[in-house]
Amino acid sequence: MKPTSDVFSDNSRDALANDTLQEALAKLAQGFPLKRFNAVSRLAEFDDLRDAARDIKTDVLNNLDSYLEKFEAQVIKQGGKVHWARTADEACEIIVGLCKDAGARTVTKSKSMIGEEIALNESLEDAGIIPVETDLGEYIIQLRKEPPSHIIAPAIHLTKEQVADTFKETHQDYPADRSLTEPRVLLDEARQVLRQRFIDADVGITGANMLVAETGSIVVVTNEGNADLTMTLPKVHIAVASLEKIVPTLEDATTLMRVLARSATGQDMSVYTTLATGPKRDEDQDGPEAFHIVLLDNGRTNMLGGDFHEMLRCIRCGACLNHCPIYKSIGGHAYGWVYSGPMGAVLMPNLLGIGKTGDLPNASTLCGKCEEICPVRIPLPDMLRQWRTRQFDAATTSTKSRFGIKAWAYMAKRPLLYRFFVSFMLSNLRKFGRKGRFKWLPFAKGWTQVRDFPAPEGQSFIHQYLMSQKRKR
Amino acid sequence: MTSAREEILGNIRRVLKDRAADPVQDNRAQVVPARGQIPHADQIALFIKEAERVNATTARVGDLADVPEAIATFLAANNLPSKVRTGRDELIRAIPWSDHSAITVNEGVARPTDQASVTSAFAAAAETGSLALISGPDSPTSLNYLPDNHIVVLQTGQIVGSYEEVWQRLREKMGEDWPRAVNWITGPSRTADIEQELLLGAHGPRRLHVVLVDEETE
Repeated sequence: MKPTSDVFSDNSRDALANDTLQEALAKLAQGFPLKRFNAVSRLAEFDDLRDAARDIKTDVLNNLDSYLEKFEAQVIKQGGKVHWARTADEACEIIVGLCKDAGARTVTKSKSMIGEEIALNESLEDAGIIPVETDLGEYIIQLRKEPPSHIIAPAIHLTKEQVADTFKETHQDYPADRSLTEPRVLLDEARQVLRQRFIDADVGITGANMLVAETGSIVVVTNEGNADLTMTLPKVHIAVASLEKIVPTLEDATTLMRVLARSATGQDMSVYTTLATGPKRDEDQDGPEAFHIVLLDNGRTNMLGGDFHEMLRCIRCGACLNHCPIYKSIGGHAYGWVYSGPMGAVLMPNLLGIGKTGDLPNASTLCGKCEEICPVRIPLPDMLRQWRTRQFDAATTSTKSRFGIKAWAYMAKRPLLYRFFVSFMLSNLRKFGRKGRFKWLPFAKGWTQVRDFPAPEGQSFIHQYLMSQKRKR
Repeated sequence: MTSAREEILGNIRRVLKDRAADPVQDNRAQVVPARGQIPHADQIALFIKEAERVNATTARVGDLADVPEAIATFLAANNLPSKVRTGRDELIRAIPWSDHSAITVNEGVARPTDQASVTSAFAAAAETGSLALISGPDSPTSLNYLPDNHIVVLQTGQIVGSYEEVWQRLREKMGEDWPRAVNWITGPSRTADIEQELLLGAHGPRRLHVVLVDEETE
């Protein structure tokens, strides 16, 4: 998918004017944060677990090379194969190659953000292989040819009516006049359609929530059970994951499991958490005959050791999206690529380059909620500030805002001039405001076209402070 | 040309060398929730409570001989045919099916037409009402996911407080013969992908029924 993050402001305006989207977002804003709160309230140790989760990921990043080598050795020992990919293209090439080797015509896929990041479906289709997304939300957006609007709930931006329209268009074998007004009916229809796909697929492709170095296993978490059908029924299983998904031991995986579902959906534990290790054993009656893991870098090693090092702790729970006032106002598509919310605004400039992600660093009020709820305590607001600085240095911001910031910085560095200017402006604004308000102000159209600007009532803070100090003496 | 593997590991090592990063911390303290760290009888009660909280159903019987009756009751209550697909491990084979001849029992991998499966579990963690099932020659994984109804026969002695205790038991029992799949299952399949409305039975089983068998040692 071609990113449109460079026109983030335009995307946001469209999103705010989209009534259907706003209806869907209102539901999200009520749902996820409350569910998380309830789950966290039930577990006294939650904050200790967050500290532990952060420490695990810190250790992983500090020793990434040795954990990766250990993981690779274990996978090989268990009969699996490890493939390393520097870029999205390399990863796609490897996966398409494996599918061709298996003589695959259709592959089932369980939702993977890495799959989205590398645009795997496009590569498969170009090679004449039909990819079938099996997570219900991901299936819906695949039919609609849309990117996910949320990292764990990809179709959160759609209403059931839109889903019904999509199914009527796609599932041509079903009677055209059937009633699809209830989510239950929609789900049952998708279940029925996808059941046959699971059985027919030649290859199953999943992501991985974690890679366990101790056992050479991948951990895959779902609520639907689609990942398990994807990795159990076809004769080949390919998992694709980015490097930083590694954890040292099963106990470490456990700690992350305890914070992941609670942060994501407010469940204590997702329905299915599967530890998959190698292909089927000789005596096993089912399971894949071949087990491949594609380890993707795609910019991660460049983040290591730099200002965005800590972003590599992210476990993709989506809590920062659910709690972000900006995300809740505009949804995921406005961010212009596959990730969204605070984690997306920090990650995407790393992956795409700051020149291609426009105003994403400003997609935040810096309210701090994302850092407050992050299960691995990533300082997202600090990182957004860091991107703003870089955005300014790279001169990708508008001339007007650059002039404004430069002018402000000039004054801020000269306190006397600053104070003189402020008191001059204050007294004038006080004089000219009508009934204490301005309906129009030069250079402030963005503010005054939707609301009045209040006229200042007194002196500046500094002035008042100095006066009070004088009185005390 | 360097391989992708060498280049990626080389990049990582260059950065880590400059950072003089901490050595591997392999003695981290584990945070284990207190709610599972209770007497065994209470762990059983907690397992039932947590499993039911996530829409699993449970039945408790005094003896393995009572299992067929409990399964027949479940099947009848849900208007299902008296036919199950099962694993062939020790526990499942020890169930005296013949005493309840109304149930047709077939062993093997799940077929698309199977409506109900009966499997054992390796263990269960009380803290979230989660079952841990392992794959093996006698326990095909498809039984856990393909049929609409999944019945798990669990002995009370298999219930422990935390996930960590399950891993420990698994390491002790399996050693080098690590199973292909360890499936943690917490309630029946579900989705909330359409307008956040929670619906059971997405792709996996619509129902998860746990038949809990009391053991004499209790």
